[in-house]
Amino acid sequence: MAQDGPITLTDLVAVLRDCAGEDDGVDLGGDIADRAFTDLGYDSVAMMEVSARMVERFGLRLDEARLFELGTPAEMLRCLNQAAAGDGEVRS
Amino acid sequence: MTGAAAAAEDDQAVITGIGVVSPSGLGAERHWEATLTGRVAIGPITRFDPTGYPARLSGEVPGFVPRDHLPGRLLPQTDRLTQLALTAAEWAITDAGLSPSPEESLRYGVVLANSAGGFEFGENELRKLWSMGPKKVSAYQSYAWFYAVNTGQISIRHGLRGPCGVLVSGQAGGLDAIGQACRVLRKGAEAVLTGGFEAPVCSWGVTAMSAGRDAPTAPRLSAGDDPATAYRPFAADASGHVIAEGGAILVLEREGHARARGARHRYGRVAGYAATMDPPPGSSRPATLRNAAALALADAGLAPERIDVVFADAAGATMRDRAEAEALTGLFGAGGVPVTAPKAMTGRMSAGGAAVDVATCLLAMRDGMIPPTADVRPDPSYGLDLVTGRPRPARIGHALILARGEGGFNSALVLAACPRESPPAAGPPDERAPRALTGNDPRS
Repeated sequence: MAQDGPITLTDLVAVLRDCAGEDDGVDLGGDIADRAFTDLGYDSVAMMEVSARMVERFGLRLDEARLFELGTPAEMLRCLNQAAAGDGEVRS
Repeated sequence: MTGAAAAAEDDQAVITGIGVVSPSGLGAERHWEATLTGRVAIGPITRFDPTGYPARLSGEVPGFVPRDHLPGRLLPQTDRLTQLALTAAEWAITDAGLSPSPEESLRYGVVLANSAGGFEFGENELRKLWSMGPKKVSAYQSYAWFYAVNTGQISIRHGLRGPCGVLVSGQAGGLDAIGQACRVLRKGAEAVLTGGFEAPVCSWGVTAMSAGRDAPTAPRLSAGDDPATAYRPFAADASGHVIAEGGAILVLEREGHARARGARHRYGRVAGYAATMDPPPGSSRPATLRNAAALALADAGLAPERIDVVFADAAGATMRDRAEAEALTGLFGAGGVPVTAPKAMTGRMSAGGAAVDVATCLLAMRDGMIPPTADVRPDPSYGLDLVTGRPRPARIGHALILARGEGGFNSALVLAACPRESPPAAGPPDERAPRALTGNDPRS
């Protein structure tokens, strides 16, 4: 499950598109790393779904309380990659 | 016109927008054209392999591609049920020319009927749960599966933050939602999206809808293979009904509000509504469909002679057809009113069915044409003047629509035609007045 190298924005965008869809007015291929998930059209349920699929894909356990503090793709990736470098558990 | 009369007129509930998605076509006009031709839109089930299931036919909405109608973000979180309803809602709002400002949005509501929820979505997630475990279940399952989902999604998408609700009473639901929408208008809302939708054509849906089908009082699901004969309400050898997906969304609005904003259409007015509940099976008390119809007429202040057409519930099973025919001949006399059931061409859309009947009836009023009940030859012993084969020209001033849900729900709605010209503006549109509808509804 663990992949070579860090989890990238491309990985996250693929999961976003696949499980939570894409707003017509948003270009997920653009520079979205620091835009808020809410601006990109994703609500809290979408975030639960995205995090479940990211965790499933990369074999990491993501604490739900922590999940809702992750406001942007960059923050989520940082959190996941810290976990990947550690023991697989995402900590705050 | 007196001030009080003008204000009472302001409070009347008029229909100013229609959105239809049905097996007969996408959009109200396509649905109406197909309905007038009398073409049967029932066919073999294509959404799953029905081999081994108790029904092999259904009425499916043809050529509906969700991504052609909805933003991509909504697709993974919605069942087909909600995709159909969101599409019809958008059409109805566009047809009505409604665009509430954020300040107004608390006076705009959504009241719909549904009875099965997003069955197919739920089926897929249950399959994942049992075969792959709980972590694979979509977070969207939390709301995609249940019957309030259309109300919520439409409210969110269009920013309609006023009174919302969902009615769960099977096929009667389409009328019950409109009855509830009228109450919401009387309590001060300006406009309400109402109607109903169903999308039960999946393996779990067919299984659930055919459960208990051998019980003597249960609605019968037709086991026929021939789309032309499987669902023939009021025929001597009627063998049950065919399930279908689809429904209609209507914009229901206070007349004063419609006038003040210059609404393009007034398709008709809700003049009366009532609902009754049948006694349990085995009771010596009689069925109550006739009471529902009589109460709706009384609510509208109309004698039976004023009704120009009846859209029947048309269960397509002998006992239920007989009960409906007796209710109608009891009220109107044998052959006393033209009766039609265009749902014979689409199948029964459950909570969507009566909503589509209302939409069809409004278009029938507009064009002075009673659509046919396909090419059914009715049993003469029912004493019904059933319109079959081709449309019948008629001036329709008032219409009665009947619907029955499983378990004893009976609902009746009276529609009145609106005058062609807008009535002259009289007084400020916001003045409250005694409500136009009176409370003969036993459930209110």
